[in-house]
Amino acid sequence: MPEIYHLTTPLKDEDVEKLRIGDQVYITGDIYTARDSAHKRLIEALDGGRPLPADFKGQVIYYAGPSPAKPGKPIGSVGPTTSYRMDAYAPRLYDLGLKATIGKGNRNPEVIESLKKNKAVYLAAIGGAAALLARSVKASETVAYEELGPEAIRRLTVENFPAIVVNDTLGGDLYREGKKQYARS
Amino acid sequence: MREIHVHKIIETVKNLCIDANYYLGDDVICALVDARQAEESQVGQDVLDQILENVEIAHMEKAAMCQDTGVAVVFLEIGQDVHIVGGDLYEAVNEGVRQGYEEGYLRKSMVKNVFDRVNTKDNTPAVIHTDIVPGEDINIIVAPKGGGSENMSLVKMLPPSAGRNGVVDLVVKTVCEAGANPCPPVVVGVGLGGTYEKAALLGKKALLREIGSPNPDTELAGMEKEILKKINDCGVGPQGFGGRVTALAVHIESFPCHIASLPVGININCHVARHKEAVI
Repeated sequence: MPEIYHLTTPLKDEDVEKLRIGDQVYITGDIYTARDSAHKRLIEALDGGRPLPADFKGQVIYYAGPSPAKPGKPIGSVGPTTSYRMDAYAPRLYDLGLKATIGKGNRNPEVIESLKKNKAVYLAAIGGAAALLARSVKASETVAYEELGPEAIRRLTVENFPAIVVNDTLGGDLYREGKKQYARS
Repeated sequence: MREIHVHKIIETVKNLCIDANYYLGDDVICALVDARQAEESQVGQDVLDQILENVEIAHMEKAAMCQDTGVAVVFLEIGQDVHIVGGDLYEAVNEGVRQGYEEGYLRKSMVKNVFDRVNTKDNTPAVIHTDIVPGEDINIIVAPKGGGSENMSLVKMLPPSAGRNGVVDLVVKTVCEAGANPCPPVVVGVGLGGTYEKAALLGKKALLREIGSPNPDTELAGMEKEILKKINDCGVGPQGFGGRVTALAVHIESFPCHIASLPVGININCHVARHKEAVI
């Protein structure tokens, strides 16, 4: 049976090693948004030997580009974007100690290997439930690449942000297992 | 000849952009409620509950349902007896998009070109499709289209020998292999026939139909049912976590085609299947 875990960032190895596919997690603490263009810049910085705008050790990256915040709100709607577009970049960041990414959709075999190697996980939030997910975000601050607009890196302070474990540290895959369970030939 | 001022077009497009992103159509909500009833997987039921809760929150708070408020796809049906005055029609549509995305706190998701990826910062240009029709009205549909589901779409030129089964298999394979990427449960628009670009446009227009309304052609309606069943038998389920409901509906639109061709356009829409319409 899937378990429910409440996690606080930054995450340690033991926080993520106990997670199994299908488990529900609620994350509290700071997480970072980054998507396509921000990832490209992060990897270019690494390739150029330049410092990154944040230390991702023990951290969580949320693949998301929020809509603008209305007055009085910390953020606009903020659901996950599709993760495979970050597959080319993700192993480099997991190697730096990143403990979790949150997005939606399949990861490639290199990312799944990287999760095993680095004791890290991939989580899914509900795509399209962006007004609901925004309720878990208590504060938001732009950390880098503001000129990218919705693609800037933001630090979000979240409380009980809901996600489901898709790929765990053992190589499990909720998408594969879930589909198998309900497929009719 | 009836005169319509571009101010009216700007205002209408602006409001449609906002309404489409805040308020889901009743037909889609009904389809999601039905899906919740039909879903057997616990996680799938939970996902559908949260999707429906999200629709309610967006409605109450006047907020975007999804942070991806899309490319502004705008369909214009212009009566041939209309005379547009006061400016350029397409500039008016873009101005409406500009104002709607700014005033509605909608995300600006357009980049200037495919390689430099520099944001245009006002979500223009819109993608505009224009039809000239009889009459003296303008019908405007704004259908914001998210990137995740658009990326899973496909145009394929099948050989005529592929026939009905070839089309069914291609659509089922395309939707099932997309898995969680396009935010299931999805709506599937299929364009059959025409040419390469016509099939794609028919697939997109098929998404505008009331969810689950069958094609008037009984053979195509049967095909819609068969494809929907096969997609829902593949087990992908809500958000790809496994379950019975992967698609809410399959809509097919068709057009005559060349003796050598069987064009198929498959346009996938997410569960936030948005479009709003107004006649001016």
